[in-house]
Formats: sequence, C-alpha cells, structure tokens
Amino acid sequence: MRELDVKTITENVAEMCKEAAYYLPEDVYNGLKRGRETEKSPVGQVVLDQIIRNAEIAKAEDRPYCQDTGMTIVFLKIGQDLHITGGNLEDAVNAGIAKGYTEGYLRKSVVAEPLFNRKNTQDNTPGVIYTEIVPGDKLDITVAPKGFGSENKSGVKMLVPADGVEGVKKAVMDIILHASMNPCPPMVVGIGIGGTMDRAALMSKKALTRSIDQRNPMPEYAKLEEELLELINQTGIGPQLGGTTSALAVNIEWGPTHIAGLPVAVTICCHAMRHAHREL
Amino acid sequence: MAEQIKIQTPFTEEMSRKLKAGDAVLISGEIIAARDAAHKAMTEALARGEKLPVDWTNQMVYYLGPTPAKPGDPIGSCGPTTSGRMDAYTPTMLEQGIKGMIGKGSRSKEVIESMKKNGVTYFAAVGGAAALIAKSVKKYEVLAYPELGPEAVARLTVEDFPAIVVIDCEGNSLYETNQEKYRTLKGY
Repeated sequence: MRELDVKTITENVAEMCKEAAYYLPEDVYNGLKRGRETEKSPVGQVVLDQIIRNAEIAKAEDRPYCQDTGMTIVFLKIGQDLHITGGNLEDAVNAGIAKGYTEGYLRKSVVAEPLFNRKNTQDNTPGVIYTEIVPGDKLDITVAPKGFGSENKSGVKMLVPADGVEGVKKAVMDIILHASMNPCPPMVVGIGIGGTMDRAALMSKKALTRSIDQRNPMPEYAKLEEELLELINQTGIGPQLGGTTSALAVNIEWGPTHIAGLPVAVTICCHAMRHAHREL
Repeated sequence: MAEQIKIQTPFTEEMSRKLKAGDAVLISGEIIAARDAAHKAMTEALARGEKLPVDWTNQMVYYLGPTPAKPGDPIGSCGPTTSGRMDAYTPTMLEQGIKGMIGKGSRSKEVIESMKKNGVTYFAAVGGAAALIAKSVKKYEVLAYPELGPEAVARLTVEDFPAIVVIDCEGNSLYETNQEKYRTLKGY
C-alpha cells in the first residue's frame, strides 16, 4: 500500500494557499481580457483595466490580488489504497493553511465562533475541508479560498419539480439581481441543481473549481449555462459600476434528487476566482 | 472617462458638495481605515458616552482590512470591502464629522439620507484591485483597537488613490443610472 506522510500534505497545502492568493488562473485572466474587449460602458472599461492590471501586479510581485484572501475551502479526493501516515489528515491540512497564510502574508479572516465572541483564530484555520474516497492510491487536493463579499450574496432556493427550467432561471436571476454590484463583478456563478439542500450548495462550490471555458458535458445543462450567462450580462450590473460584463461564466453541476424536489444553489464568486490543484 | 479630479485631504463639506456622481478622483493625503468590528466598537463607545479614539472631523473613512505587509512594504494588499455591512453604524459615524466614505457596493436609504444631511460623498474603489491600490499607499499606522488585527482603525497616507464618486451628497447614484443605462434584461 502506498504511504504518504502528513508533512508532505502540510507543505503542499501551504504552497497552494499562496499560489491561489497570488496567481489568478489563466482562464479567468483571459476571460477578463475578453470582457474588456466587448465592454460597452466607459466606466466599466476603466474598472476592467484596473482589475487586469491588478492581476498582473499580483502575479509579478507575489502579492495577494485581493485583500480578502478568503476562508480556505479544501477538497480532498483520497484514493482508497493510500495510507496516510505520521498524523491526522485534517490537522495536516489545517497546519498547511496556517503555514501558508502566515508565511505568505495573507489575511487571517476566520473567527472561531460566529455569533457571540467572533474571536479571530489568527492563522485562518480551520479550513472548510471536504473529503471524498475514490479509487486509486493518490491524494488529489484542490484549495479554493473563498472571499465573503461574494459568499454573502450566495443562496439556495428549494424549488418543486413543476417549477422546471424556467423556475431554475428565475431562482438564479433573483439571487443575481439581489446581489447586484456588491459581490465584486465580473462574477463567476457556480450552480448546483438537485441533491438535497446541502448537496446542492456543495455542488455549487465544486462547480467553481471547473475552468470557466469548460461547459457542462450534458448539452441541456451547457445550453442553460449559456442562457443564464446571457441573462446575467443583460442586467446592467457590469464590472461593479454598471456595464455589460457582469459575469464571465456560469458553471452548473447537477446530481440526483428526490421525486418531490428541485433544489437550486447559487454560489457567487467575485473575479478573484481562486483555486490551486495538485495530485500527490 | 473625463479627467480625474485631484483631491487633497482634509476633506471638507465644501469640497464634498462640489463632487457629482460619476466623477473620477485621485485622493492624496490621509484617510482612515475602519471596518465591521471597529464600527461596532466605536458606536458602542459613543452609546456609553465615551470619546472616540479618532477625531473624525473632515476625515475620509476607508472600509478596509488589509493583508499583512511584506517586509519593507508600508501595507499589504488593500482593496475596499463591502460598505453595506457598515450601514447600520454609518448615520451615527457621519454625525462625528466624516465627509467622505470609500468602499464598494450599495448603501441603505438611511445612509443616503444622512449623507445628504451632512454633506457626505461616497466613493467606490475597484473591488478586488487590492495589489494595484497598494501602490498608492505610502504609510500605514494603527491608531486604535490593535487587538482587532486587520480590522484595527489605521491611518493611511495615500498618493493619487483612485476612486469614483458613486453617490454624491445630493443622493444621485451612479450605480442606479449606469445599471439602468446598460440593462436590456426583460422578464426577470
């Protein structure tokens, strides 16, 4: 059985936290450039110029491109034939987050308890860690820190089957129109359809780890992604101060659901679409 | 875009009343960073009848929690945070003499009414342009609540800090006019 020491996991997670904070993924950078070419609002063009220049500075100087370096979401796919040694997996991931956020000069934005004390944990731990057991003997890690300007504008609607495609579109557009210019557009919109309330929300997060240039493999969902993107870009929200580039992409994930249900979850991400991926 | 208007702080009501929604500005001088936890602490201090740790007369507040500075830098990345979260505290804070607010996103009716009454301008900096904005910050000094870490109240010395007037002191909003202008959505 293949063995993997937790120290290796900690080191890699630390590096991935920094990488995600400093380097805007190329697909998103190119999406912003395409948006700049087609943006009709002069003030929107100015905003996009600043956002593009910002990504270039961050990359060249190893700096976080947004000061909200997020709550650290970590997706782990653990091969069932892999033996993790030397300690506890979750502790190793959290140690990596603490190391990455401290050494990388990233902002510590996590409070230990949400309502009464709200005391900062000082090292951005704990992360939000999702584990999945898969075939094989590898450990697949995606680190996707999530800023809360956009997270605060995300939402879930529990539709019924009769609501159908139009109901899904209306639910998504209600959330987008309510979010308006607040989540730092151009946005990337992750949508989870089906499952249970919690599963839909998780799918909407996972959808954001997919390239913005890659459409859902099922043609009906790919078409829905395109249609929703078009509608969102007709809202006038634009790049924060009004315009035509409100979103760069809509990524949908779907899953089996109950005969009585049609859950729809929408996670809005700002243009700082952070994620880093490695296989150990 | 029209030419950028240069603003030197302190920022008085007279200066504020001259600006119109849509004006692009470059701010130089001193601005004061404060966000959620500091706003809560300050309004609670006022409710207890205490004096605030900062004199807000003719100041600009910047809704900000920066990343830590790398060695040799005055500040880390420092873009605006969502202003709406400060709305509950803002009318109280504007009574303290603030004449400019810098952040991102929409404001409540109560805030806009208080802006009109007190002659306050609301500026937007570009959300997520944090590494770029850092280039205009020359100095960062914590003034109060150091225990709040990135949420401490701090003085920033800035040079040509880029911002846009989104709501002027007559309540005109660039968000509303410019969104409407580019809105072609039907049926939602």
